[in-house]
Amino acid sequence: MTVQNLVDHLFRQSAAQMVAALTRALGPDRLDLVEEVVQDALVRALETWPYRGVPQNPRGWLFQVARNRALDLLRRESSLGEKLAALPVAEIDQHSMAGGDPFADDELAMVFMCCHPALPREAQIALTLKTVCAFSVNEIAAAFLAEPPTIAQRIVRAKRTIVDRGIPLELPHQSALRDRLEPVLEVLYLLFSEGYNAHEGEGLVREELCNEAIRMGRLLAHHPETATPAVHALLALMLLQASRLSARRDEGGSLLLLPEQNRALWNRSMINAGMRALERASAGDSITSYHVQAAIAACHANASSDDDTDWEHILSLYDQLIELTPTSVIALNRAVAVARVHGPEAGIRELERLRSDPALRRYYLLPAVLGGLWYEAGRPDEAMSWYARALELPCNAAERRFLETRLAQCANGREPVAPVRS
Amino acid sequence: MPKYLVLARDEGNWMDLDLSPADIEAIINKYRAWAEKVASQGKLLSGEKLRDGEGRVLKGAGKAMKVTDGPHSESKEVIGGFWILEAASYDEALKLAADNPQLEHGSLELREIEEMPHE
Repeated sequence: MTVQNLVDHLFRQSAAQMVAALTRALGPDRLDLVEEVVQDALVRALETWPYRGVPQNPRGWLFQVARNRALDLLRRESSLGEKLAALPVAEIDQHSMAGGDPFADDELAMVFMCCHPALPREAQIALTLKTVCAFSVNEIAAAFLAEPPTIAQRIVRAKRTIVDRGIPLELPHQSALRDRLEPVLEVLYLLFSEGYNAHEGEGLVREELCNEAIRMGRLLAHHPETATPAVHALLALMLLQASRLSARRDEGGSLLLLPEQNRALWNRSMINAGMRALERASAGDSITSYHVQAAIAACHANASSDDDTDWEHILSLYDQLIELTPTSVIALNRAVAVARVHGPEAGIRELERLRSDPALRRYYLLPAVLGGLWYEAGRPDEAMSWYARALELPCNAAERRFLETRLAQCANGREPVAPVRS
Repeated sequence: MPKYLVLARDEGNWMDLDLSPADIEAIINKYRAWAEKVASQGKLLSGEKLRDGEGRVLKGAGKAMKVTDGPHSESKEVIGGFWILEAASYDEALKLAADNPQLEHGSLELREIEEMPHE
């Protein structure tokens, strides 16, 4: 019995490809059937591979089993059966994958279908995770702190909308591409951020969110029709941020901010890939907020230490970003850059203006940053009251531990700690 | 060297669990790791999966022979498949089987295969 190495994420990848290819053959109104036969194929592997070992061509095996199962279920619909029979499943193996991804078109078409503007944002996210990223309902629920039945409902409704509105499974026409890409990129970055800013628990699912968002970003960036500057910029942003993932927690699981991170743990190959994507992003004449955010991430990635960071440049980028995307969270991040360039008092003045912003009222990071800046300004008493306020707002375990540590440091009146930044 | 039959009994059905592709891959990887470990010592001879729910029971000889559906569902455990190992002793076979991932969700039965005396 020979046992060969499974490619990492073979199942998740194959599941996504099978769903895309079979849906392309059978039509979006058979998405339920397709998901069923794909799940059947995976379970079949689970039932047999432990005894017989992994087959020589695991991917082709899975495709074959899924297609046969679909043929079984569709026996009475010969027209659909013919379309399935035309799928060259036997040729699907590692080898054929090496020469470019033969499913890229199908998978991208699936991404565009799931992120169709006729669907509400929450439905776009749930459906993308289910059909493009092959997450289970439970995993999606865990990632978004929702109840599984809620997620299942969302997916059912989204599928119904797709059938009712006759939303096709195809790459949008070049003339519509720009508009159709926008929600796709937003969903991708939302998935990524959700994974990056891990809420409570489910660490593995969280990392997978980042990986999948990057995988989809790469699919878009490698396809001649979808490789726009905005796509490259988003991919650059995600790669540059993800390069810091393993340095963001200490051994106890507590959140580590940029100045405290061990930069040796940053993933250099991801940074390099991110820098290359950023280069490609600058080819066009349009600047998106992804461009500017990626440029900020690149500034951090290129600095050998926190002190070595070019904060003036970062502040100028934030000035640009806030013009493009005037959101409260970006204003908050900009205030941190202001403090680094013009001193803590200047940062505090910026933040005071944000305190009345309803979008930040329940956001722990606003009082947390204020606490850090007051401490830096030599006022531990003031800092303590801000950290205490931050602790009253919703935050995850890692963030909570971080705040408690800071609070204790203030109480001990130790040496000033590194400034807070997000 | 003596051979041993490792019978795997399953409790319940994978299909009834809402397993994601990642879950499935993780479980298969555990079995792979076990098989690789035993095979690397040259002690894994083969493994087969038995088809689910297709077994029948034959009983009685001659005219009294009856075929009934089975294996009987008196027990909720169903034999899912088996491996054949080679080991120096029953104890060694037991050790080889002891970290088979089947034990996380079912059970194993270990039997020595009777050797025929050489002519």
